[in-house]
Amino acid sequence: MSYPILTSLVAVPAVGALLVALLSKNRPEWVKLVAILTSVFTGALTVWLLSSFETADPGFQFVSKHEWIKPWGISWHLGVDGISLFLVVLTGVLFPLVIVGIDPHHDHKRYLSWMLLLEAGMMGSFLSLDLFLFFVFFEIVLVPMYFLIGGWGYEGRIYAATKFFLYTMVGSAFMLVGIVTTAMLAREQLGRLTFDLVEIAEQADFATNTARWLFLAFAVAFAVKVPMFPLHTWLPDAHTQAPTGGSVILAGVMLKLGTYGLLRFGVYLFPEAALWSRELFLTLAVIGILYGAIAATMQKDLKRLVAYSSVAHLGFIVLGTFAFTSQAITGATMQMINHGLSTGALFLLVGMIYERRHTRQIAELKGLQKVAPIFAAAFMVVMLSSIGVPGLNGFIGEYLILIGSFLTARWWTVVAATGVILAALYLLWAYQRVFHGEPDEANRSFPELRIREAAVLLPFIGLIVFTGVYPKPMLDRIEPSVNALITHVSEKTGYESPDTPEPVEVGTHQEAQP
Amino acid sequence: MADTFTAPTIAWFDLTPILVLLGAALLLLLVGALTPRWPRGLYAATTATAAGTAMVLSFVLWDDVTDQGARTLVADAVILDGFSSFATIAICAAVLLACLVTDDYLRREQLDGPEIYALYLTSAIGGVVMAMANDLIVLFIGLEVLSMSFYVLAASHRRRIESQESGLKYFVLGGFSSAFFLYGVALIYGGSGSTRYDEIVTAFNDVVPTERADALVLAGVALLVVGLAFKVSAVPFHFWTPDVYQGAPTPITAFMASAGKVGAFAAMLRVLTEALPNWRDDWRPVVWVLSVLTLVVGSVLAVVQTNVKRMLAYSSISHAGFILVGVEAAAHRAGEADPGQGVSASLLYLLLYAVLVLGTFAVVSLVARTGDGNTDLSAFRGLGRTRPALALGMTVLLLAQAGVPLTSGFIAKFGVIEAAVDENSYAIAIIAMLASVIAAYLYLRIMVSMWIADPEPADEALEPVRTPFSTVLAVVLAVGFTLVVGVAPGWIVSAAENATTIVHQVGP
Repeated sequence: MSYPILTSLVAVPAVGALLVALLSKNRPEWVKLVAILTSVFTGALTVWLLSSFETADPGFQFVSKHEWIKPWGISWHLGVDGISLFLVVLTGVLFPLVIVGIDPHHDHKRYLSWMLLLEAGMMGSFLSLDLFLFFVFFEIVLVPMYFLIGGWGYEGRIYAATKFFLYTMVGSAFMLVGIVTTAMLAREQLGRLTFDLVEIAEQADFATNTARWLFLAFAVAFAVKVPMFPLHTWLPDAHTQAPTGGSVILAGVMLKLGTYGLLRFGVYLFPEAALWSRELFLTLAVIGILYGAIAATMQKDLKRLVAYSSVAHLGFIVLGTFAFTSQAITGATMQMINHGLSTGALFLLVGMIYERRHTRQIAELKGLQKVAPIFAAAFMVVMLSSIGVPGLNGFIGEYLILIGSFLTARWWTVVAATGVILAALYLLWAYQRVFHGEPDEANRSFPELRIREAAVLLPFIGLIVFTGVYPKPMLDRIEPSVNALITHVSEKTGYESPDTPEPVEVGTHQEAQP
Repeated sequence: MADTFTAPTIAWFDLTPILVLLGAALLLLLVGALTPRWPRGLYAATTATAAGTAMVLSFVLWDDVTDQGARTLVADAVILDGFSSFATIAICAAVLLACLVTDDYLRREQLDGPEIYALYLTSAIGGVVMAMANDLIVLFIGLEVLSMSFYVLAASHRRRIESQESGLKYFVLGGFSSAFFLYGVALIYGGSGSTRYDEIVTAFNDVVPTERADALVLAGVALLVVGLAFKVSAVPFHFWTPDVYQGAPTPITAFMASAGKVGAFAAMLRVLTEALPNWRDDWRPVVWVLSVLTLVVGSVLAVVQTNVKRMLAYSSISHAGFILVGVEAAAHRAGEADPGQGVSASLLYLLLYAVLVLGTFAVVSLVARTGDGNTDLSAFRGLGRTRPALALGMTVLLLAQAGVPLTSGFIAKFGVIEAAVDENSYAIAIIAMLASVIAAYLYLRIMVSMWIADPEPADEALEPVRTPFSTVLAVVLAVGFTLVVGVAPGWIVSAAENATTIVHQVGP
């Protein structure tokens, strides 16, 4: 057995959180140092994981499996494949940036401790291959996020934090019953009680109707987390009231728990039920895309605008997931990362604006391009990535989703494509109002991008441009696992995917397109 | 048999847990009354030692029944098996923790004396007898011993009118419910010819009642369930709970919520599954309805309270609903050789909840400050700033009550849900989980008060929250137990399952 890298990805931040909590409040520099070291070390581990990941292997790698709760057949089972790999890396990269780059203003010790605990929980959620273990992490991340929003957020923070906590718990309530039922029914076929995802998915078959109910129980929890229309109402509140660091993490990785969960647990465990419900989910996804875009256009608060744009973007990911083609799911998986980078960076920038001006109202901001051109340029790049302009990462994901979905869900795709245009509308319009024109009195002293801020933004922009120009390394790792998932669906249901599972050749020649 | 009375042979050693508790109670009452005030902490230490000894003896006996098999004692009056050992251990743990909290409390309120501790011990005996009973009359004795002690305990703060009120309310309503219970016993005796659990079962098997001939028994079962539902504070028999919990001295509330619940639920599980399995299709729907009502009403009413003790009283009602989910699951298998998971899940829930609720009320008793009056939500404001460690402990306990993973509360809930799903009771499982979401809001409110809300000038005027050693020790033990069980629950789950596989087999 080699070095247990996945277990350390969970353990290192957890231990770091404990250390930070135990350090004296009077030594803030030590607290900060430990937090930075822990998160950077975890980030380095994810990079190491990325470099030693076997590209062509579609199965779970670096698997670590130990018995945990014997009487219930629960094990500590971690593994990573192409679908979860980049989410893990994104988590590993985002946290150090957030910890280094964003100042929580008060109670550094508690803030950093919660942050690290959140990182451990996120890592665990993306790596778990045991239903019980996944549920544990899925629920535990609520606690640090609740306290981050409640403790360091803005005026309406208590309402937003409570709403966030309770909404997610309602979904989890259904999922927990679903998980237990799944394991109990699988026991009749496997001969023993187990919560192991892979064993149940590969060996157990559920009666059609049962599987559909179970799928819906899981899907409710994930739909709240994504969030899908009409379960999205917690998101604008949570995002707007959360401190910048919380928003970045929430948008960057936490929402992906929903879309990732749908793929990893929903589709993998209950392929027939997922296919059966696809029209419902495609429709909700398209409604989410349009509704999110229209609602974003109407927003007066810049942060709320970005929050609604998340609803629209995640609609694309759900659309791709339920299109059931190799390209669309690959695109959806990639778009999870893209959205994390671009929306994460957008929240970071909005946070910087708030730091300077103490307002997020679009109407109160004007002409910032004149006084802070570098800041405006950074905002521009990130925004264009979010719109999905060719050459930047957002384009690759959206393009793959749209062409992949067009094969199986034509009319939904046609409607969804208008969402791309709407995205350009609300973001460009917002940019125009905030950055163009002559700065008025209040905005004239808007400070330029500082070195530290630039240092935090640079990795985002670097990754945005790199994956936009050269997505091949990423797609090469995602695709085998996606194809394996589609093969699994075909084997279980007899479904034929219209696109042959061959590597998609995009990226290198994409830039030539207008 | 009819002419001469033959004294039963008594296996004295098998009764030692009860005897130790009884001995200590008598010692406190007799010697304590005749001697000047003992040095500080000695009353509590004596009680805790007795509870600890009884606990150890229960472990020994548990080991013994694992080897030798379950048996009945004192002419079949009580049963010694894994179930009774487990319940005894849970009750003794509650006494132990309650002593730690009570010691500080009584000295702060200048009420120190042996009476409270003696009453703790007698009520513990009542609880143990309820869990061990093999006869409805014995069960009634246990129930009355437990209840009488609680009535006095609730009223034991001599200078607080709320405490008196709480004791009186509990007494009147409790007496009422005991009457129901006793009438139920009488009817069952009339219908089956016996009050002994195993003879009730055989009476049914021997003379299969035809054409509604068991109406007497059914009426008896209904009244029995009412009496027990009152004791476990199931809705709609819960009305006493918020008033009594709020008015009683805080450590005593903690003790009632833990030991009282263990005793009452142990009795309920035993009576329903061992004495009345033949009527399980009749009482199971009743338990179902009780459970759903208890879950929903308990959670919803908990949320709208502003007094923390009242909130926790309603939350304990909602927890009772969760345990009833386990009872409902046990009902599906009542009387069968394989008892299923229901009984063990309920037992486990009882033990874990007993520790949780004691820890939680221990913190409340500190925040209530001298006079035991500051139990409004506002009294918790700023605790995160002034006493961060205490607030953190409380947060863990509240999260556990909400059922967040990596705490014992999650394990307890998971076990019950698993048991319910195993018996295909999906609806009740989902209702229970949704009710726990509603209840979670209440725990969040307390956390918001501690960590996020800013103290107001009126709160600043309150005396600072003191952290005396033994209460803090109780909180630390409760939090430690909560986390250890949350992270590594395998052993305790196995223990609960083991306890319920060694049950006294009824019938031939």
